Amino acid sequence: MAELASDDGGKKKKGGKVRAKKSSTRIDMTPMVDLAFLLLTFFVMTTTLNKPQTMEITMPEKPKPGDEMPEINEKNVMTVVLGDDNKVYWYMGITDPVVEKADYSATGIRKVLLAKKAELPKLVVLIKAMDESKYKNMVDIMDEMNISTMQRFALVDITDTDVQLVKEAQL
Amino acid sequence: MARIAPPIDMTPMVDLAFLLVTFFMLTATAIPDEPVTVDTPSSVSEIKLPENNVMTITIDKDSRVFFNVDGQFTRAELLGKIGERYGISFTEEETKTFAVISSIGVPIGSLKQFLALKPEKRKEITQPGIPSDSAQNELADWVLQARLSNPKLRIAIKGDRDANYGTVKKVINTMIDRKVNRFNLITNMEKGS
Repeated sequence: MAELASDDGGKKKKGGKVRAKKSSTRIDMTPMVDLAFLLLTFFVMTTTLNKPQTMEITMPEKPKPGDEMPEINEKNVMTVVLGDDNKVYWYMGITDPVVEKADYSATGIRKVLLAKKAELPKLVVLIKAMDESKYKNMVDIMDEMNISTMQRFALVDITDTDVQLVKEAQL
Repeated sequence: MARIAPPIDMTPMVDLAFLLVTFFMLTATAIPDEPVTVDTPSSVSEIKLPENNVMTITIDKDSRVFFNVDGQFTRAELLGKIGERYGISFTEEETKTFAVISSIGVPIGSLKQFLALKPEKRKEITQPGIPSDSAQNELADWVLQARLSNPKLRIAIKGDRDANYGTVKKVINTMIDRKVNRFNLITNMEKGS
């Protein structure tokens, strides 16, 4: 089945009218098909698994001098501080805040966010990440915002007061 | 009684197989080798990154910053613009090299040397990352010039999960200073949960 009968095909010129032996030109296609499917599998695998996902974020513009800032009741403000070593702290309000500790699991900060959101419909979340925190923490917290469908949140620079607060809380 | 299996004509199947192979081969784009491997954090987001016109800023776990932009023409134009800005003239050869390589993470001052290296050599050396401090912010110039070269560019930030937020913040602030307020954070699929 696998022979390609062309052995005497090239020499026939010398011998005058010697005809090439006519035999079946059937070729065994199996190896070729094997290869074709191998390649097919390879390309199918590589193309579909290679689409990165993204999280779209829009940062606010830098306020220009003279821009009027909207005022928010401090009762509606929740501050989430991302610390080092995958720790996350949160507190409500600005005056005399009570810092509490949470984690990134489903029962951690998510629960707090959902509870607070139900309690205060006008909740504004300020996310303050310490320089020591990891990029992963930031993505995680943004993810939590998405999960808990938080309407208003902002990524803000951390202040010394926040660092101090967290340190004092000693959680 | 002995049965002989009837021969099956495989030709249509093979035709189809090769058609598919050809299709996938043509649609597949080779993954360019990146100078660093980045382990992106996971998220529940399901937005897919567009395939074209993307500028990627990579932040690796040692907080080095790399810059990449797709499209050979954009890259060639970008190099010219950067050269103009920094008073370095790049030869045709260097522009060609720059157009086909992937992320770069060297200061503009040593870009010329970097482009002169052989491809294998280029893979070997550790790139120091693009300076993005406020004192010397070359990343800002890359972003600005790239946007001038191709206004349709979208910006994607691809950070390693262990990159320090400090560096990420620097990069984000660089963007905001350049009036770039929308960008994408590249993540991968959430595992489990």
